Amino acid sequence: MKEVMLIKFGEIVLKGLNKKRFEDMLIKTIKQRVSKFGDYKIKSAQSTVFLEPVDNSDIDDIVTIISKIFGIASFSKASVVEKDINIIKEKTAEYLKRELSNVRTFKVEAKRSDKKFSMKSPQICEEVGGYLLEEFSNLSVDVHNPDFTVIIEIRDFGAYIHGISEKGAGGIPIGTGGKASIMISGGIDSPVAAWMMAKRGVSLTAIHFASPPYTSERAEQKVIELLEKVSEYSGKIKLFIVPFTEIQEIIKKKCPEELFTIIMRRIMMKISEIISKNEECEAIITGESLGQVASQTIQAISCTDESVSMPIFRPLIGMDKNDIIEISRKIETFDISIQPYEDCCTVFVPKHPRTKPKIKYVKIAESAIEWEKLIDEAVNNSRIVMIES
Amino acid sequence: MREVYLDNSSTTKVCDRAVQKMMDMMTKNYGNPSSLHTKGFEAEKSINNVKKILADFIGCKNSEIYFTSGGTESNNIAILGTVNSKKRNGNKIVTTAVEHASVLETMRFLEKQGFEVEYIKPNVEGKILLEQFENAIDDNTILVSCMMVNNETGNIYPVEKLKDIIEFKKSRALLHIDAVQAFCKIPIKVNKIKADLISFSAHKIHGPKGIGGLFISDNVRVSPLFFGGGQEKGMRPGTQSTPLIAGFGEAILDYCDSTGVYDKILELNSYLRERLLGIKYIFINSSDRCLPYILNFSISGIKSETMLHFLSSKGIYVSSGSACSKGKKSYVLNAMEVPINRIDSAIRVSFSRHNTKDDIDYLVSAIKEGMNKIAKI
Repeated sequence: MKEVMLIKFGEIVLKGLNKKRFEDMLIKTIKQRVSKFGDYKIKSAQSTVFLEPVDNSDIDDIVTIISKIFGIASFSKASVVEKDINIIKEKTAEYLKRELSNVRTFKVEAKRSDKKFSMKSPQICEEVGGYLLEEFSNLSVDVHNPDFTVIIEIRDFGAYIHGISEKGAGGIPIGTGGKASIMISGGIDSPVAAWMMAKRGVSLTAIHFASPPYTSERAEQKVIELLEKVSEYSGKIKLFIVPFTEIQEIIKKKCPEELFTIIMRRIMMKISEIISKNEECEAIITGESLGQVASQTIQAISCTDESVSMPIFRPLIGMDKNDIIEISRKIETFDISIQPYEDCCTVFVPKHPRTKPKIKYVKIAESAIEWEKLIDEAVNNSRIVMIES
Repeated sequence: MREVYLDNSSTTKVCDRAVQKMMDMMTKNYGNPSSLHTKGFEAEKSINNVKKILADFIGCKNSEIYFTSGGTESNNIAILGTVNSKKRNGNKIVTTAVEHASVLETMRFLEKQGFEVEYIKPNVEGKILLEQFENAIDDNTILVSCMMVNNETGNIYPVEKLKDIIEFKKSRALLHIDAVQAFCKIPIKVNKIKADLISFSAHKIHGPKGIGGLFISDNVRVSPLFFGGGQEKGMRPGTQSTPLIAGFGEAILDYCDSTGVYDKILELNSYLRERLLGIKYIFINSSDRCLPYILNFSISGIKSETMLHFLSSKGIYVSSGSACSKGKKSYVLNAMEVPINRIDSAIRVSFSRHNTKDDIDYLVSAIKEGMNKIAKI
């Protein structure tokens, strides 16, 4: 009995003229991701991708990787058999034996997209259901609220037998949403923000500010590990590590303490915008959530935004910390984020930061420093790390 | 770049003779000590040989030495093993608030199981008074566990008096001493300490990581935590790591063969103290009664982690608090009620016999440079 995987597309089926491009993107991603695990034949028809293992490759090896590909609504392992109702009945009992032996009620659903097949869907259900009732004495039929649902799909290439599909990662395929750069410090929020934008099809570049000796190698390693987790969903990420010590020290020295954070963030934005443009990114992503800290008030955010012209995406802006944590646990970044290393946002934190900064005064304070050379140096001395899960 | 390693309470460089011996054990004398044939017997002999080295060194019988994977495991077996075998006698354990995490976390686990644990707090100099133990130990106490030397400050606790107090209070409690930081630094003699259990570790004394020892007096019964093939008399089953055990033995012998180490360390400590006292904004947290191997001090206004990384960029390796807590605030200084700004800026320097006065000069000038360069918090 041959086991394959059926992958159903999500939203992209709705996207009219773009559909073909989206599907191609998704198939390309699937091909690329599963290739690490073995040889799989891939074909697509009727809004479904069929993945078939070749030689010793195993469908079970790729379940996790498939569950992390954006653009997939659902997927299921299935057995593919000849389109003959007697074979279908027997193979259903055999393939789903373990599941059917452990439940009390079931129903059969049939989908017939090959209209040349002689039986209609209700007849298929009746035939297969009747056979299963005979084979499994523990079973009775419940069409409204069954413990288990058997699905039979009669398609052009064969008959597919499976149980209820698993939910996919949802979203839209990576690459269809353009490119953006995520500013990542090492906390809980930014990896979640990166993940959320990747879910909307955005391919990612990452920017991290390092301030040795205030921050350490381990803080950088932490960011790399976080991005490795995100890249399981988003694919490759190019990480820029920007040397930021000198800039932080000079802000500390020359600007009023209460404006430290806001000025620092404006300069981070300016640097990020330059790197983003070089990398052909069209937006900047941050993990800010309104009201979480002093730099995340409406007034502070508007001061930050004023420093650049590129759009800034803040997917977490209206989320509660608990909801953010929930996602970070799901994508397995939480345990990495909570390691207690200093990062660029935790050093020099002023005791009483200005929560409602006025742009006029921020600009006056900023003018005490000659920025151009400092910013250029930071950009030019950035180190690049390629992140791939 | 010049490298100055001053984090010897975290771990040490393995001595050459231990490395050589371990190599031999892995490539020549690689038998399983439980095998009946000659190769097995050779391996068994080498284990027994190290048992004798350690037993002679602390003045106990060979049969009272058990090898474990290190200090953490020794502490766990000592505490949980005692509690398991003595829980019918009582419900209370007395320890200090400044023990190593492998003791404190085990105590927290026991608290959750319903045991009452009293944590004795040292004063601001890190001193623990015997009266505090006297007041804490009662009829219900089954175990007293105390470290000999504190790993963050170097404070030496009066463990030799504890058995007398237990007896004076007519308690049947067993006494466990965590001697990991004291071992091969100050004399440890079983007949002086009169403890029932003593924990040791090899990698703090220029031996390999992953091996430690536990002294269990033949007069007491402790339940094992693991079960298996009966090795280490069933106390710590599993094939013994003969290379690590042999390396441990060599490290002890190497210490025994060297002379004047303590005096040398004392001199280094005094020299550093003197130099630090001359710098404004530095406060020394280790009193002069502390073990000289450890010197803990705070640099006002500079976070520990920042100074640590600055020194690291100069090839100088020190700790902030203890290496085991990776950047968390020091609970030891906290228990001593050291002011918070001093806790945040604490640096621990720990010496070995490889350090020189030159190293100290290099350290002090780097600290001065750091104090000038690093912006204040």
